[in-house]
Amino acid sequence: MSMIQFIAARLTKAVFVLIAILILNFCLIHAAPGDPAAVMAGEAGATDELFLQQLREQFGLDQPFHVQLWIYLSDVIQLDLGYSYRQQMPVADLILERLPATLLLTGAAFVISLLFGITAGVLSAANVGRWKDTLISILALIFYATPLFWVAIMAVLLFSVTLGWLPGFGYETVGSTYTGLRRALDIGAHLILPAVTLGLFFTAVYARMTRASMLEVSEMDFVKTARAKGLPRRTIQRRHILRNALLPIVTLAGLQAGQLVGGAVLTETVFAWPGIGRLMFEALAQRDYNLLLGIFFVSASMVILFNLVTDILYRVIDPRIAS
Amino acid sequence: MKDFWTKYSRNIGGVAGIVILAIVLVVAIGAPLLFPDSPWKMVQRPFLPPMAVDGMLLGTDTLGRNVAAGVAHGARVSLLIGLISTVVALAIGIPIGATAGYFGGIVDDALMRFTEFFQTVPNFALAIVLVAIFQPSIYSIVGAISIVSWPPVARLVRGEVLSLRKREYVEAAILAGQSNSKIILTQILPNAMSPIIVLGSLMVATAILLESSLSFLGLGDPNVISWGYMIGAGRTVIRQAWWISFFPGIAILLTVLALNLIGEGLNDALNPRLARKS
Repeated sequence: MSMIQFIAARLTKAVFVLIAILILNFCLIHAAPGDPAAVMAGEAGATDELFLQQLREQFGLDQPFHVQLWIYLSDVIQLDLGYSYRQQMPVADLILERLPATLLLTGAAFVISLLFGITAGVLSAANVGRWKDTLISILALIFYATPLFWVAIMAVLLFSVTLGWLPGFGYETVGSTYTGLRRALDIGAHLILPAVTLGLFFTAVYARMTRASMLEVSEMDFVKTARAKGLPRRTIQRRHILRNALLPIVTLAGLQAGQLVGGAVLTETVFAWPGIGRLMFEALAQRDYNLLLGIFFVSASMVILFNLVTDILYRVIDPRIAS
Repeated sequence: MKDFWTKYSRNIGGVAGIVILAIVLVVAIGAPLLFPDSPWKMVQRPFLPPMAVDGMLLGTDTLGRNVAAGVAHGARVSLLIGLISTVVALAIGIPIGATAGYFGGIVDDALMRFTEFFQTVPNFALAIVLVAIFQPSIYSIVGAISIVSWPPVARLVRGEVLSLRKREYVEAAILAGQSNSKIILTQILPNAMSPIIVLGSLMVATAILLESSLSFLGLGDPNVISWGYMIGAGRTVIRQAWWISFFPGIAILLTVLALNLIGEGLNDALNPRLARKS
């Protein structure tokens, strides 16, 4: 299969998954207790009858099920995710406004967890059985079991409230008039705590995985050959072992996307980070189901896109998979 | 059995996990005896730091409720939800995986597409949406956690069944005219149990984390106290009263850690082939 064929096949699959998610969303609106129009408008009773009637007409709620589904699907394809009655804004606009902050946060968390995780794993494998390895393994075990939202709160307590090193709240300093580089630094300082805590779980996962994978690869014949050739230890570590040990990490990285999006709800809630995770928390508090499902759809789309990219990347890194 | 324990006890982490989990279990079972009052009851002045007053070992929360009582009663909820959701997830995943692996072909394709779909959808976001739409209760929480956690079970069981199906004793059973369901239940699944048990113990840990995250966001059952709820309630007053959020978090950390350690210990003891690799 050529690369183009492969990408086309994966794209087709992604489209089908997206449609399935939309159907799931649609069914959820109808499965919710109460009138679907009221569900879409927010909590029942909080809306006026005229608006509900308008919703019923717009979504054809008096029509057969499949017609309703069709109306819903064609709306979404035109990027119309409905209207948030609570926030008085179209859902798509609300999400678009908040999306950059979430992309920044999850992107930073992704890079941080890969960087720290792989470094820790390599260090652990290079010192297997010694105190460095034991320490890293114990830390990884603990972070692997720590609830994300709790570690976020504790980080605020320690680094923001007690030590005063980093801001523990918001996206940038409130009321600041910083521009350019000064503003970027300000946002960066606000980003550190949320991104590190969001990436902590996967830092632990990558550390454990890299360690196991490095140890496994180091037993292989080509590594023995390299040792027999008398290559320096560091060169073997870096060029022979690490490169091959990284393959399973790429697979795992695709998986991380889904977790990051979910974790963002918790991190953004604790740090008052103005992304779609925080928006999801607000939608929950206000029972704004239409907004909630819109965010769910957008985050699922993000994950699918990310998986697509990792799949393609995997084939570029390891051409053996193509055959 | 004795042989199993000898193997298991070689893993120090696994033994430590059992000890920690035993303590959590004792606290959970003994909660009504240790703290006969409802954990929701206001018993003292609010915002009392740990050990400031006799009987308030871990202090009181914003409404003067005993934090220690909340942690103890919360243990019951967390363990129960973790265990039941895992059982339900296994009850969904095992039949799907076994059917896919045993029959193969179109059935396998269809079931695996279905499984893949649930694996692609962001887990926690789906759980949030499900609990929010069906209203927070023990049932909706257990349901949501099981719905997002069965796919790995199905994939594991499918893989096991695929390899076991080719064994001679299964072919013998087919020739003997045993029905498909009997072969799956009595010949194949018993031999696939050990990896399922290992996965199950790790899933209880994940389920406890999921439940606490949901109740942290305010999606817990409003009638029962849980660790996640306590952390969420203490979040806004973290500057004045760190202990309200701190202790329930330690409880989650220890329980999840213990279950992960037990899972690894079981893996080493039950799958010696895999243990040597890692």
